[in-house]
Amino acid sequence: MTTATLEDRERRKAWGFVAPAFIWTLAFFVVPFVYMVAMSLWSRQGRDIVRAWNLDNYARFLTEGALLKGLTNSLEITLTVTALSVLLAYPLAWIIAERVPKRWQRMALILAILPFWTSYVVRSYSWLLVLSKGGVINQALLGIGLISEPLELASNRTATVIGFVHFFVMLLTLTIYSNLIQLSPNYRRAAADLGANGFQTFRHVILPLTLPGIMTGAFLTFVLCIGDYITPQILGGNNELVLPQIIMLQIGRRADFPMAAALSIILMLAVTVAYIACARWLKIERA
Amino acid sequence: MTRSSAGSTAHRLFSTTAAVAFVALLAGQAAAAEELNALVWCDHTDPALIEPFEKANDVKVNLKEYEGTGAGISILEQSRPGDWDVMVIDAVDVHRVIDMGLLGEMPADALPSADLFPELRMEANNTKDGKTYAVTEKFGYNTISYDKTKVDPKDMEDLSVIWSDKYKGRIALYDYYLPMIGLVQLGLGKKTAELSEADMPAIEEKLSAMKAVSKQVSDVISSQTALATGEVDILVGGGEWITASLAKDKPNLDWIVPKQGAVRWAQSIAVMKDSAKPDLALKFVQYIMSPEGQARLATSSCYWGMPTNQKAGEHLAPEQKQALRWDDQAGYLQNTQLYPVPSAELDQKMQDAWTNMMQQ
Repeated sequence: MTTATLEDRERRKAWGFVAPAFIWTLAFFVVPFVYMVAMSLWSRQGRDIVRAWNLDNYARFLTEGALLKGLTNSLEITLTVTALSVLLAYPLAWIIAERVPKRWQRMALILAILPFWTSYVVRSYSWLLVLSKGGVINQALLGIGLISEPLELASNRTATVIGFVHFFVMLLTLTIYSNLIQLSPNYRRAAADLGANGFQTFRHVILPLTLPGIMTGAFLTFVLCIGDYITPQILGGNNELVLPQIIMLQIGRRADFPMAAALSIILMLAVTVAYIACARWLKIERA
Repeated sequence: MTRSSAGSTAHRLFSTTAAVAFVALLAGQAAAAEELNALVWCDHTDPALIEPFEKANDVKVNLKEYEGTGAGISILEQSRPGDWDVMVIDAVDVHRVIDMGLLGEMPADALPSADLFPELRMEANNTKDGKTYAVTEKFGYNTISYDKTKVDPKDMEDLSVIWSDKYKGRIALYDYYLPMIGLVQLGLGKKTAELSEADMPAIEEKLSAMKAVSKQVSDVISSQTALATGEVDILVGGGEWITASLAKDKPNLDWIVPKQGAVRWAQSIAVMKDSAKPDLALKFVQYIMSPEGQARLATSSCYWGMPTNQKAGEHLAPEQKQALRWDDQAGYLQNTQLYPVPSAELDQKMQDAWTNMMQQ
């Protein structure tokens, strides 16, 4: 009887700790999400929102090329950005963790994430100035005579990818670095004792052990990149629209909230698929 | 200085600063007896325009900026009655908001209608059933802006240049479907007021041709930046609102109304029906429409445009009037047409056509 009371008390205490997070999630995620799902089943007809449930918005998405292309553009850009960011961030994180003396590592990390301190919009516009016809790159190439006409570096997908990669390399460097410094040097010593060379040690020991850091950073990159519309807007020159830009058009120009809700659900589905793909490495295990 | 005494000094400094800031905040709140909430375009956010009204009336004007009627209506639909006191809106869309029952009537004799350019009184747009709901405050043209040192100005006299190959990759398109589709309609030799669904196939074909020769589709700031930095040499949809404020620093930028004409934009200001301060809201409208207010609005730091009140000319410097081409307005007004006013269905088709163009 006493034990049961103690258990009840413990359970109540546990619920007390969990309750704020639970209420927060319920109020600011579950309820709005359910409302958004319901809204995605309404439709905008003329200048009115008709609250009769149907799948018209989803059908429109599947049949209108411009909308579907928004998703494919988003996926292509996001996957390219994620892959490039991982490829650039890993060596950077490794150099900071392995080659930079301990007392300088903090400074190196601060330098690596310094661009985070500037405004996201300002950073995108800065890239525009770097990549434009009269920008730093073109002026330098023209100056040394490598080109005779300015290159078209801005207002295209390449510019969007460059802007994104610059931002996300910093994020990935942090997640991979935090993973690398937790690795015991004994793993490498053991691999060397067993005859593995540097590449084999990296391929069979270091890389698998740092996969959680890579996948965590890659997933965060995917989520932030696929949901962003500012960088494609500024650097892409609106020459192709990504899904978040199309969502903004539905809200800003048409006040078509049902269609915007449907497209947002589709965006969430893309993120869910990415999560499932990364889940194996993202699970939190008890020590 | 020891570490602890430095910390103590820092703490005292912080406390004092916080206390001063708090008192300043309270004083600031006490300073403005009333607040006015205005849903506006970016030209109204210039302190040089707003501060004189705030000081004269002991009021704080809270400004919310939006772009495009759809965005404005979207904000209104999410607001509660009484949230907004004043609204700035495309003159051709005033009836959309009147029909939503959101605009309040203004006494016609409280507005300087007689001083406005006759073409900008726009009674058909600003009034309904003999009641005045809005007044046109500023206007200009969506036409062709260009760098006269890099293109042949003669080429700019014909609207067909916007889909010709001659300047391929050197053109920016202003990202607002209504005036742009209006311009295409003019380029096809038709009137914007007569634009119907039957015109859409030909318009879509021309939009596609425009996209093929353009470098980018951009908003106001990006368009202006692209033209000013030489990223593009032509901006379709631009006009004095893009180049006038740059006249001093970039004399190489110019604009023209082609022989086929151009689209005329006009913005109106109105008092909201559910405003809790209708008198103050009307006072604000009267200030904006006064010659002084009109001159400040015309030369707003966000974008320049012609004031509708002709008496504003007395408060503009000769070089400002020159940049606005004050003396050429009679000819421009004759050769320009208002934005198309589509039905909800046609509006959707126009937006779809614009989105398809961007995705091609």
